[in-house]
Amino acid sequence: MNSIHPFPSPADTPTGTRASRGLGVVVFLSMVFLTLLGLFFTDEDVVQGSTVRLMYIHVPTAWVAYLAFIVTAVASAMFMWGKQHSLTFDRIAGASAEVGVIFMGLSLVTGSLWGRLTWGTYWQWDPRLTTTAFLFVTYVGYLAVRDLGGSHQQRAKRSAVVALLAVLEIPLVHFSVVLWRSLHQKASVLRPNGDVTMDGLMLFTLLFGVAVFTLLFAWMVLHRQRVLKLADAIDDGGLEAALQERRNEMN
Amino acid sequence: MTQLSTSTMSVARAIATKDLRIEWRSKVLVNQVLPFAGIVMVLFAFALDNDGILQRVAPGLVWLAVLFSSLIVVQRTFAIEAADNALDAIKVAGVSPAGVFLGKSVALVVQLLLFECVLVLLSLVLYQVHLSWGGAVLLVTVSFLANIGIAAMGALYGGLGAAAKGRETLLPLLLLPAVARGLIAATRATESAFGVGGATLGEGWPWVALLAVFGALFGFGGTLAFGVLTEE
Amino acid sequence: MSSVDEAVRLRNAVVLLGSFPALAEASLVVKKGEIALISGANGAGKTTLLRLCAGLVPLARGEATVLGFDLATQRREAQAHVGLLGHANGLYIDLTAQENLQFWGAVVGASTQEIALSAKRMGLHTRLLGTTVAKMSAGQRRRTALAILIIRRASLWLLDEPHAGLDAAGRDEIDNILREATSAGATVIVASHELERAGALATRRIEVVGGAIVEHGAQ
Repeated sequence: MNSIHPFPSPADTPTGTRASRGLGVVVFLSMVFLTLLGLFFTDEDVVQGSTVRLMYIHVPTAWVAYLAFIVTAVASAMFMWGKQHSLTFDRIAGASAEVGVIFMGLSLVTGSLWGRLTWGTYWQWDPRLTTTAFLFVTYVGYLAVRDLGGSHQQRAKRSAVVALLAVLEIPLVHFSVVLWRSLHQKASVLRPNGDVTMDGLMLFTLLFGVAVFTLLFAWMVLHRQRVLKLADAIDDGGLEAALQERRNEMN
Repeated sequence: MTQLSTSTMSVARAIATKDLRIEWRSKVLVNQVLPFAGIVMVLFAFALDNDGILQRVAPGLVWLAVLFSSLIVVQRTFAIEAADNALDAIKVAGVSPAGVFLGKSVALVVQLLLFECVLVLLSLVLYQVHLSWGGAVLLVTVSFLANIGIAAMGALYGGLGAAAKGRETLLPLLLLPAVARGLIAATRATESAFGVGGATLGEGWPWVALLAVFGALFGFGGTLAFGVLTEE
Repeated sequence: MSSVDEAVRLRNAVVLLGSFPALAEASLVVKKGEIALISGANGAGKTTLLRLCAGLVPLARGEATVLGFDLATQRREAQAHVGLLGHANGLYIDLTAQENLQFWGAVVGASTQEIALSAKRMGLHTRLLGTTVAKMSAGQRRRTALAILIIRRASLWLLDEPHAGLDAAGRDEIDNILREATSAGATVIVASHELERAGALATRRIEVVGGAIVEHGAQ
């Protein structure tokens, strides 16, 4: 559209810094180690066999998803009540929600598969799964609100409000579902409980997985919010060119 | 020129009475949306085709019908503002957004109560559930409290959809998860009111407390958030 | 700093619609009591200019003061004194004129006498007051909307194509109402394509081109 301000090519504006590249390397190596642990070094579970290995993905992704939404809420709060109303917080909130939705989807899928392999059903109406599915839809809605258009400040304010309302949900829905399911004690083998007793190495792998996925989350959000910053800068940069064009209308 | 006062309460009162008067005059909800809800109730019966099951799930069906109808009711309440762009006039007047929110919510609560009355009566007929006096008291309380939550969320997200022009399709996506929070509580409490599945009246009241929390939280949150969400 | 007798002061105001600068560094001063005509091609920015003064759109850059209130920080206070009549009338179709006036009276806390007086000034007689807006003509709806501006005691009237859709008699009525409003102390800014008619009415002509202001001076 404009020859006045040619936008920098991707090669000129990478989103990586020394620090984030270092983090990336750490994440990559840890992932390799985790994979080895999860697939090879740990034993099969006495009851579940190999399907327990799904837990090494399911639990960390679920944890990270919840973490992501809390980060979104905190960043939204810092945007709303920080003195400068810095858009960086808004972008962190958005990036975190995007990553959170991805991880939440992963968690739901792996949880569903694990349930199918273990209990024979793809779904259980237990508090955790139900709350997770609920939140998934809510944050898809949050992302839709971010896309409504308008100025960056408007987007930031609107989505901050939605995020803060949404995070209130987490305890409320969880509590509702717990109360609900406690009324329906099915005395059967299908107890909707995903916890298994684990031996030392398995437990370590699980916790290690949580740590690695958290680092992965941080790395993804870091890059994503930088991309969002570039996108916002493009919008702003276009303004000068657009003003010039508009003025040219007069002549 | 001297300035007139536009207190939040007077704004809320004016808007609530105006909304209810418009409904009274145009009868759109009564003539169009109520039959829709009724048909939904009938369709449930076609789909489920089993008297025992119908009676057992009647509470859930009633509230599902209420939730789906609430989408339309909320859309309607903002459509009257959009028809001749009265929403802009209200915004230009610079009146307190909290007042607008409260007024809209109150009107929604009243309209939803009307729905619930009719739908409960229908379920007595169609699904053969029974209602004792104690159950009726419980039901009225449940409906009132659940409506506060639904109305608050409806006013909030409906306002967002109206302000961000051309995004009315966002409303169902945002509103249903928001009001579904209360669905579990409302349905369980209604089960107690109807006495289905062996639920006693006593078991219903804890759910009422939960609904009160939802209503208070989202009523309060909505009052604060409405201004931010609808300003340009 | 703006002086006391200025109704509107804009300095290099930029207003964005999405990423498009509808107003691109517009500067303007309108004094109190003036009737200013804003002309310009479609898409030049007339409507955006009015909406900015009405506090409906945020200022992206520059300065804007309306009736002494800085639009960047005191939008709500400014809005209490400003009325906007856009392409739509802002009425409730299912209610009668009287009910529409009463609604606004209740919102701003006006007395019954004030409401009756505003109806009288706009020539809304009893039978018309009891008619639903849906059944009213375009001119009658316009007059009802203007009556609401009076109830709101607006000191700045912003009108976007007020003559559109009216017959000659209706247009004359509008002109008389606007003249009367200024003699009662209001400032009027009219965006219109009707150059001759509005030209006769206005004390000042302003043209909007490419989001900026080109003055044509006093009439």
